[in-house]
Amino acid sequence: MGLTGSDVLTTCVDFINTLAPCLVRAGWHGDIANLLSLLLGVVIVATVPLLTVILLIWIERKFAARIQDRIGPNRVGPYGLLQSLADALKMLTKEDITPTGADRVLFNLAPIITFATVVLIWAIIPFTPLHIGADLSIGILYFVAVGSIGAVKVMIGGWSSNNKYALLGAFRTIALIVSYEVPMILALLVPVLMAGSMGMQDLTRAQGGMWFIVMSPLAAIIFFIANLAETGRSPFDLLEAESELIAGYNIEYSGFKFGMFMAGEFMHVFTVAVLTAVLFLGGWWGPFVDQVPALGFIWLGLKTAVVYLFMLLIRNTVPRFRIDQVMNINWKFMVPLSIVLILLQSFLLRLVDELGLRPAPELANDLLANVPQTLVLLAGNLVLGAIFMILLQRHGRTLREADEAVAAVRDPAPAGGMAEA
Amino acid sequence: METLNEWAFVGVFFAIAWVFPALPIIGAWLVRPKKPNALKKQTYESGVETVGDTWVQFRVQYYIYGLVFLIFDVEMIFLFPWAVAYERLDWFAYGAGFLFIFLLTDALIYAWRKRALEWV
Amino acid sequence: MIELNAQTIAFAILSALILGGGLGVVTTRNLVHGALWLILSLLGVAGYFVLLSAPFLAAVQVLVYIGAIAILIVFAVMLTRSMTSLGEVRNRQWWLSAITVVLLFLLLAVGIILPVWGRGAPGEVTSLSATVGGAAELGEALVAGDGFVLPFEVASILLTAAMIGAIVVARDEEDGQA
Repeated sequence: MGLTGSDVLTTCVDFINTLAPCLVRAGWHGDIANLLSLLLGVVIVATVPLLTVILLIWIERKFAARIQDRIGPNRVGPYGLLQSLADALKMLTKEDITPTGADRVLFNLAPIITFATVVLIWAIIPFTPLHIGADLSIGILYFVAVGSIGAVKVMIGGWSSNNKYALLGAFRTIALIVSYEVPMILALLVPVLMAGSMGMQDLTRAQGGMWFIVMSPLAAIIFFIANLAETGRSPFDLLEAESELIAGYNIEYSGFKFGMFMAGEFMHVFTVAVLTAVLFLGGWWGPFVDQVPALGFIWLGLKTAVVYLFMLLIRNTVPRFRIDQVMNINWKFMVPLSIVLILLQSFLLRLVDELGLRPAPELANDLLANVPQTLVLLAGNLVLGAIFMILLQRHGRTLREADEAVAAVRDPAPAGGMAEA
Repeated sequence: METLNEWAFVGVFFAIAWVFPALPIIGAWLVRPKKPNALKKQTYESGVETVGDTWVQFRVQYYIYGLVFLIFDVEMIFLFPWAVAYERLDWFAYGAGFLFIFLLTDALIYAWRKRALEWV
Repeated sequence: MIELNAQTIAFAILSALILGGGLGVVTTRNLVHGALWLILSLLGVAGYFVLLSAPFLAAVQVLVYIGAIAILIVFAVMLTRSMTSLGEVRNRQWWLSAITVVLLFLLLAVGIILPVWGRGAPGEVTSLSATVGGAAELGEALVAGDGFVLPFEVASILLTAAMIGAIVVARDEEDGQA
């Protein structure tokens, strides 16, 4: 055919862009033509996460299996690729039991909201320099706002189940989600400070010279950890641990609705990975992206894969926290750290301006021109990180000595009986 | 400056986003077996009969976490425009932001010392 | 007459959402349901902000009202257990309050809103602007020396007071914890 990959993608964009004027010329009403082209865009953007979820479930299971020294699904389809499809079909045919006393409308609404709120975030993801669902000027704030609706869906799901465990699980989940939004949003302020805009394309373009993860690794780490907690991933998955509150707020859900919750969670994790890649790893930046914009999609995909696999790695290797540890980590470590980080980062940015270390606008995308200011910011970050690590270490030592003192009092004989639980 | 058209995209997205998950649920409703009986519909409580009404001891700690989050939420709302305009501002703006954040850190320290952040 | 274009349709849908949500809040017996209707209404208000070229405020609305305040309302409902299912309405003078409210509404609409923002009035808005305002100007205004920097700091003090007050009230039962 002679059509390269980039040609195909730009033609698609042109098709979307020219659909409206074409229809108008054909006599359609302007607004309706506009609506049609929007609809097309929406369907395209919404299908991306939905298709990836199927792949994600397979990746998750295979990865977890390999880490646990087993093979994982390998019977359904080549290498078990059709396993998720088989599971989906199975769930479709399972009986859906609505418990007595459950609020029917809300009970059915909760899984739908779960899915919808995650899919909505994809409207602002910049796939390539030219393709983004909606380049809102408040891009990142939109993500935060839509994410905060997540707490509502937990409440609806837990309360409508008419089950004590579900309600208890819902409260705990909400407390967790709501607490970890504070450091997450504070960490998000750092890229906004550095890019001077909240729009996602602006945030990506500002990383042309240097990725934000290098300029502010602490912000990336805080954002990453806070999102691990928000999505309920290990080591913060205490709320869906089978030995704890059974399945938390979705105890009473069976059949496909339960599948929706799970799929929604996978999608949420993937969305968070994409966002981390966009905000801190440079999004669609990569070699040759200026000449062939469509390559941005591939670079973004690669970076997302790295982040996602890293999340999976953590999930399968680290033990989980207790709820009081989770809360303490948030309010006594992450929130103070992110507050100090913002103060420090804004101070350093002002300092960089004063010292004239900012690259000239035409050199903004040049790696070497960005190195001086990066060094200053990186140094500040590392110093702050070191200080907090030392504080954490001392705190850990205090706790450990207190524990040992208590144990020594209770149990003075060295090779004696068992220490009490 | 984006036009209102971008938001129209979000509006359409919002309307469609409900359709996507609703379709499989409706599909499942058509396909799955429907044989409810009283035993299956019982509320789950570790395999025993439920005791008492469905209401749990709601601890005030949940409310406090929500409240502290609300306060910080509003604080961050103020900080976003500050951060966006930051590069064209001067040291005075930094000082204003610093004072703002410092006062709220004050509140956090108070909450910390008063043990309001403990999961007791 | 009112021109039928996309913005008017959006306005109509949002108004239906807000008013419907409001109706839902006052008519439902169940307080948790009421909180959820409120969320619907607040979503409509966020949509209004977008139509008025203030997307930042729309995001703030969703983030603060729906993400935090609605959750707190539900928590507060849960704290007072007997409220999750109300009995019948015990108010005998509801007709009096209905008349008062309608009169008040007419007063506001005819006396204040129409003369200032109605047709032919000085504040009339004939069409919604197609471009959208940004947060950068807001940021500059907030910290400008001759701008709103004082209210900015006062807001911070207010928030601090709110947090301290709430903690004092909520932790009231712990005596002797200095």
